[in-house]
Amino acid sequence: MSDYNFAYLDEQTKRMIRRAILKGLAIPGYQVPFASREMPMPYGWGTGGVQVTAATLVPDDCLKVIDQGADDTTNAVSIRKFFENTASVGTTTQTAEASVIQTRHRIPEEALREDQILVYQVPIPEPLRFLEPRETETRKMHALEEYGLMHVKLYEDIARHGHIATSYAYPVKIEDRYVMDPSPIPKFDNPKMEMAAIQLFGAGREQRIYALPPYTKVVSLDFDDHPFEASKAPHPCALCGATGSYLDEVITDDAGGRMFVCSDTDYCETRRAQGHVGATQTEEAA
Amino acid sequence: MYVAVKGGERAIDNAHAWLAEERRGDQDVAELSIAQIREQLSLAVNRVMAEGSLYDPDLAALAIKQARGDLIEAIFLIRAYRTTLPRFGSSKPVETGAMRCERRISATFKDLPGGQVLGPTFDYTHRLLDFKLAAEGVAPEVPERPAAEGPVPHVAEFLNREGLIETAPAEDTPPPDLTRAPLEFPAERALRLQALTRADEGFSLGLAYSTQRGYARNHAFVGELRIGQVDVAMEVPELGFAIDIGEITLTECETVNQFKGSRTEPPQFTRGYGLVFGQSERKSISMALVDRALRWEELGEDNVGAPAQDTEFVLAHGDNIQATGFLEHIKLPHYVDFQSELELVRKLRREAGAAPMQEAAE
Amino acid sequence: MTPLLSVRDIRKTYGAHIGCTDVSFDLFPGEVMGIVGESGSGKSTLLNCLAGHIAADSGQVIFDTRAEGPQDTLTMSEPARRMLGRTDWAFVHQHARDGLRMGVSAGGNVGERLMAVGARNYGDIRHQAIDWLGRVEIAEDRIDDRPTTFSGGMQQRLQIARNLVTGPRLVFMDEPTGGLDVSVQARLLDLLRSLVRDLGLSAIIVTHDLAVVRLLADRLMVMKSGHVVETGLTDQVLDDPQHAYTQLLVSSILQV
Repeated sequence: MSDYNFAYLDEQTKRMIRRAILKGLAIPGYQVPFASREMPMPYGWGTGGVQVTAATLVPDDCLKVIDQGADDTTNAVSIRKFFENTASVGTTTQTAEASVIQTRHRIPEEALREDQILVYQVPIPEPLRFLEPRETETRKMHALEEYGLMHVKLYEDIARHGHIATSYAYPVKIEDRYVMDPSPIPKFDNPKMEMAAIQLFGAGREQRIYALPPYTKVVSLDFDDHPFEASKAPHPCALCGATGSYLDEVITDDAGGRMFVCSDTDYCETRRAQGHVGATQTEEAA
Repeated sequence: MYVAVKGGERAIDNAHAWLAEERRGDQDVAELSIAQIREQLSLAVNRVMAEGSLYDPDLAALAIKQARGDLIEAIFLIRAYRTTLPRFGSSKPVETGAMRCERRISATFKDLPGGQVLGPTFDYTHRLLDFKLAAEGVAPEVPERPAAEGPVPHVAEFLNREGLIETAPAEDTPPPDLTRAPLEFPAERALRLQALTRADEGFSLGLAYSTQRGYARNHAFVGELRIGQVDVAMEVPELGFAIDIGEITLTECETVNQFKGSRTEPPQFTRGYGLVFGQSERKSISMALVDRALRWEELGEDNVGAPAQDTEFVLAHGDNIQATGFLEHIKLPHYVDFQSELELVRKLRREAGAAPMQEAAE
Repeated sequence: MTPLLSVRDIRKTYGAHIGCTDVSFDLFPGEVMGIVGESGSGKSTLLNCLAGHIAADSGQVIFDTRAEGPQDTLTMSEPARRMLGRTDWAFVHQHARDGLRMGVSAGGNVGERLMAVGARNYGDIRHQAIDWLGRVEIAEDRIDDRPTTFSGGMQQRLQIARNLVTGPRLVFMDEPTGGLDVSVQARLLDLLRSLVRDLGLSAIIVTHDLAVVRLLADRLMVMKSGHVVETGLTDQVLDDPQHAYTQLLVSSILQV
């Protein structure tokens, strides 16, 4: 792959993307249009995140790529390989070691630091899209802060189900100004978004970049009498015993057997290496 | 004991190897050459060039081979390659009036200067499977005559002489570039045409067909359809004048559509326009119909709410590379979002189940 | 007294065709102005120009805003105008489906304007929605139903509730009883009259139905071919029409 520039994209394109990122950081939560390039992976498979990562990486970076919280899911492997080939940067699966983390659908359990960048892959950047399909109209709604419709959706949820029935891609308001889609992370991860690291969001197909500087105020939309709740399966991890981490449900047999394990594989492995043990392990030992 | 699934990397490598084997197929059958694809599957090559936005028959043929004949996959390969190419400059507008036509027909006039030239078309073939082709096919002798001399004037120009058809004022501002700037709305006609010429053929066809069936009907006649070669000229700054850098085959379709006018303004026919790389007849006619439908606003027509009138709808969904990527991404793992939905549904079901019992207890 | 709305020389043309021209009037707080005329007279064009739905070619629409006093809404910034549109102004469309969200429950429809101006307590919003549904005679147990399941008259009443919930100071109504059965019209008119009286609403009502203005309007403006041909107190205009066209309008009603 030596025919390609460092991190695949040519320098002109990277500059264009960096300008969009800087603009995004200057106006947190605002969706900056950018001339997304065709990447050698399909739209919808992380082309926005990949372009943001490509424009962000420098040769001494250490990159971690996760999908659904795991380093070993096929798409994470594919993207990590892409940057190993085109940028020859170091890669890692350990959250603490990484300087840039590209993610799809999760925020790592371990708190991130000021010297880290978290890059999200975003399928639909527009939080108002499913309420109003027209781009010209949604841009106007953002410009004029007309967000009443967003709460109508939440109102309807409560009226029908007794609860806000949005469990992922839960909309947030940034610094009391822009309503933003946090990408399809579970709402369990929403409170983590007020963090020390820089957060960058790339939507390739929809040609949008947005960003959150460190310690930006991020509020999940709710009602005073139906406050936002970060929820997860009410179990400890079966492998490491963690009680505060987001869990995947794994079907273990065809008789309804199932277990819950950390979705963040690095977090789970680190805990197990430290000697933490979950219910399955103890049973086996016994 | 349960262990988290590992080995994504090995699985990917193995899948790629298997794919390569499947692509080759039975080793006892001779391998396809790029030249064979380019020469014998030329309409597939044309489509890949048109929707890939890159005029290079050899690369398109290679992409078709690599994609196992999946044309959208081939278009994707071409697009991904195209985006990495440096841009040296832009050509002068091509002169389709000077096209060396191999096909040129008009549905609006029986005969006209330059003549009706049927050319290599499927139009009047009977769609009967030709089993002779299954054996060794030898091309028949084709009768030849020298090409007519001189340029072939556009049909629209004849109508224009009487003021019967709208004219577009000459425009020298460079058109926007969809591949270098984010698509923003409202989109002007130059940008719409750019998006349409590389839009998916099936999508364009469906939309165009819908206008014929009454979803923003605009009564199109094919004023002219021409296919042939045009020269591509480029101004080289060091030289100070334009030189021909090559020749490409294009399909151009101009439709003559329902007229507009009022008591004070004399009625005139309006136009739709399609221009596509290679011999891509169906696509260029579709493009012209959709172009015309999208012009409802400037022509003072009613928006009847038809899909083909909706610029945002058409432009946002016509690109098959964007569409196929997003459609197929739902194959990727979504178990984190699915898990949160599971939790929610279980919780809501618990509460819905508990409520009647509670009522009964009271 | 400062007029709530002061309209000066509004003109709107469509090519060579005049939509409306030379329209000027003042509307004082608590006053209801009726605009009558047959279809094509320019009354709906005028209403849409006043409400900012279509851009007038020239003229002024000066509204006495709460914060900054009289302001020309035609030259106002779009954010300010849209803000006005969801706070102090309300617009009741002839067809309820143009003014409602058909995919959202009745409660959500009424609550939207409250949420748009910052209401964030579900219980309060719901409480107000129930209150307003009651005022427009829609049963409380229909609060979670969508307007698609409502009759035409109910949809229109829901649209009115949705508009009035934020206590607007000026209501524009475009043929509010049009398209409804006669018996349903009567009930709606009755409701509108009591709302106008109880809330002291200021309103501009466009209609071709003289019975509507007879019941609701303090003053009347008669339009023909884009021009105002006669103005005056409602009873005065209807009982003693001066302009030949008004006489024709009134007599055609009386003959029925």
